[in-house]
Amino acid sequence: MSTSSPKAVIMDEASVSRAMTRIAHEILERNEGCENLAIVGIVTRGDLLAKELVDRIREIEGVDVPLGSLDISFYRDDFQTHFSPEVHATDIPFDVDGKRIVLVDDILYTGRTIRCALDAVMDLGRPSRIELAVLVDRGHRELPICPDFVGKNVPSSHEENVRLYLKEVDGRTSVEITEVAAGAHVGSAPLGGE
Amino acid sequence: MAFNHKHLIDITEYSDTDLMTILETAKAFSQVNERAIKKVPTLKGKTIVNMFNEPSTRTRSSFELAEKRLSADTLNFGGSSTSTVKGESLIDTVMTLNSYKIDMIVVRDKHAGAPYMVTQASPVSVIDAGDGKHGHPTQALLDLYSIWERKGSFEGLKVGIVGDIAHSRVCGSLIPALKIMGAEVTVIAPGTLIPAAPEVLGADRVSYCLDDVLPELDVVYMLRIQRERLEGAPFPSLREYHQLFGLTRKRERLMKPDAIVCHPGPINRGVEFDSYMADHPERSVILDQVYAGICVRMAALYLLLGGADNGLAS
Amino acid sequence: MALLLKNAHVVDPSVELDGIVDVLIDGERIARVGENLDAADAEVVDLSGKYLVPGLVDMHVHLREPGFEHKGTIESETRAAARGGFTGVCSMPNTDPVTDNGVTIEYVKSVAAREGHCRVYPSGAMTRGLKGEIISEMGDMVAHGAVAFTDDGRGVQGAGMLRRAMDYGKMFDRVFMSHCQDEDLVGDGQVNEGVASTRLGLLGWPAAGEEIQIARDIAIAELTGAKLHIQHISTARGVELVREAKAKGLPVTCEATPHHMFLTEDAIDGTYDTSLKVNPPLRTAADAQAVVAGVVDGTVDAIVTDHAPHADWEKSREFELAPFGMIGLETSLALVITNLVKTGTIDYGRMVELMAIAPRRILGLDQVSVAEGSVADLTVFDPEASWTVDADALESAARNTGFKGAELTGRATDVFVGGVATLRDGVVC
Repeated sequence: MSTSSPKAVIMDEASVSRAMTRIAHEILERNEGCENLAIVGIVTRGDLLAKELVDRIREIEGVDVPLGSLDISFYRDDFQTHFSPEVHATDIPFDVDGKRIVLVDDILYTGRTIRCALDAVMDLGRPSRIELAVLVDRGHRELPICPDFVGKNVPSSHEENVRLYLKEVDGRTSVEITEVAAGAHVGSAPLGGE
Repeated sequence: MAFNHKHLIDITEYSDTDLMTILETAKAFSQVNERAIKKVPTLKGKTIVNMFNEPSTRTRSSFELAEKRLSADTLNFGGSSTSTVKGESLIDTVMTLNSYKIDMIVVRDKHAGAPYMVTQASPVSVIDAGDGKHGHPTQALLDLYSIWERKGSFEGLKVGIVGDIAHSRVCGSLIPALKIMGAEVTVIAPGTLIPAAPEVLGADRVSYCLDDVLPELDVVYMLRIQRERLEGAPFPSLREYHQLFGLTRKRERLMKPDAIVCHPGPINRGVEFDSYMADHPERSVILDQVYAGICVRMAALYLLLGGADNGLAS
Repeated sequence: MALLLKNAHVVDPSVELDGIVDVLIDGERIARVGENLDAADAEVVDLSGKYLVPGLVDMHVHLREPGFEHKGTIESETRAAARGGFTGVCSMPNTDPVTDNGVTIEYVKSVAAREGHCRVYPSGAMTRGLKGEIISEMGDMVAHGAVAFTDDGRGVQGAGMLRRAMDYGKMFDRVFMSHCQDEDLVGDGQVNEGVASTRLGLLGWPAAGEEIQIARDIAIAELTGAKLHIQHISTARGVELVREAKAKGLPVTCEATPHHMFLTEDAIDGTYDTSLKVNPPLRTAADAQAVVAGVVDGTVDAIVTDHAPHADWEKSREFELAPFGMIGLETSLALVITNLVKTGTIDYGRMVELMAIAPRRILGLDQVSVAEGSVADLTVFDPEASWTVDADALESAARNTGFKGAELTGRATDVFVGGVATLRDGVVC
């Protein structure tokens, strides 16, 4: 089923990699190291980027920062219209109390996903601070949410979809803009490509 | 992955994939239940009516907790205040509930088929929380979940169900569910407690002797024996029942080393089993079943209230 | 005015008629039967393509009056009988008050005479109040017109009680009609014990719960010499028991309903359709086949409906709370034509025996035949009429048919009772 057609590749594998390295540096700089730091990625793909960040931080600082993944299915405000029976496990193997948490997502769009993620993290405990890192900010916010770390700003229209593909699940790493067919699903690509 | 169900009444309408979806979702909810804040906003603004037309503390409590942990608004409707006591028919009662603008009815009734009647009188989703001697699908789901957690899969699993099969709503859902998942089911009881046509439910085998089949069972599911009934009792005494069908320390030597013991509760010590088996740290999953009840009910509520987009026309 | 019924295919095995002849009705009797009849003053009705048979009698009908007028009345249910092609019905005594004395028999007769659309032959209770304890006033009831005795609805539980009733009542030369149900075995049974009871989680009603009483009642009939009629036989073994009794020459007859022949327990599914809740319950396919076999070989004497109207709110309840019974008067003839005659299982002659001749014989009524001098109780039906059962379109006050949506062939068009039309062109008069 063809619901969208590729329009442009706006980030290739090398640029994604450079952006992640830069974000890792920025996080460490902002936090003055990695004390109390924890990285939490939002499934799907934000969790993979989060793991990437943890790897970069290890390369830079030689420290393993706690890593978690967050499924926000139970927190969605569009549950009625974007119901997916597939629920992925939330896996946060550390106590969030007092942590400086960096939430990681692939594409920042309306901000609703981040709002859900904030609720979900707050229900797990009381972090000292939550920051937001995204690979792409495509604009069109519907909520007062602003990322702290951005890989690339990509102005886009509502008729476009911006999607991240990652080698380990999709066979290629790139950020692509596609035309959205009427009624098609807007948001992350299904794992394993379309 | 699609989940195209509006109601949870007849478990045979669910495929193995559907049942696994429920179990996987229940597992995700299990994490919520382990947290300090055991609540998610998923069903915020939804109104769920627990219409319990016969007394039930456990099932109702479990549903109520599941609903509250999903942030639904719950209304307990029933008990001695039920309108049926005042002469109102079930259908009229349901039509009254419809006027409250509700989103789901969880129905427990002493009459078989009542949940289906509710679907005919209301446009909302309906969950059967036990109807007469017919079915109890969420009990079957929590049983599946508990077995799955311990055994990992159902294919070829040998499950023995011991006790009052004939009058058990649990069996009406559990035996078909186990068959859907690929397990083998043996029912074990005196003839007075075996239904007229156990094969209709999916039972592969009937046995009158627990000791004969115990050595091959992976799961021993003990059903509750009604102590209350004396006149027309299906067996001469609880003592004799316990001797023939009770799971005891003495019988444990016949069991597989990794066989587990289930019971839908509430248990009768000295009847279905002795305390040694009821409390057996490795084998008994009775309390795990109670916990699983919350998780699978949250999963069922979540999946059934999946909204206009869950693949259903109406 | 005389009425000349022309060109109908007349079937009446009692006078060995099976062909196209004309029938002249004058007053309440048949004046002439023959080919190409002419009658100067008679109204002529052309019945080409239709069948004309002796008026059908349903010997097992619940008219509900007195006492249960919310379910149906003598007016509404005899209206249904007329629409179904019947010239007479035998009413059951489970009214309120129970029809167990001359006064209540007289009441049923008088209401029927005033408001009815067919003849009503009342049966009286075998025991007072249907309680199975004291013999009812059979002599008084016979004096007022009771045609039979029955405790239909639950049956007489005590063997000694049945023996007393038969020994006493046999002097009145009326048939004893037995509803065979051993309450100790049946208990609160809702459906046949077996597949349906297991699948639906409903208490089962074993076939043996019926057969035991059939065997018992046959033995007591033999002991007392009373005439026994087994009501709504539903099991294979039950049919076999009656077959054996007949072979021994005992005065035993039996009846079967369309629903026990053409529906089985498999029709009751997860929708718990209460219109399929009947007493005795729908049985297995093998049982239904055995009943049909009994119809074919003569073991089953009569086809009856056990027409049991209930108010919609009574049937729109949980299966276990809904009352037993379905209506049948308006579908019986069509079901028999569709499922037995059109399939070649029986012919129209046998159908007339089952639905007209045998019921009169068993009830001791004067026979009606398509012959000069006979009372003009006649049924005319269109054997090719196709129609679909629409519960809302039935004449009965009730809607509880188990054959909703059934596509049937054959339907009564005209009925004459004592020469007076009660149904003309499908419209009840």
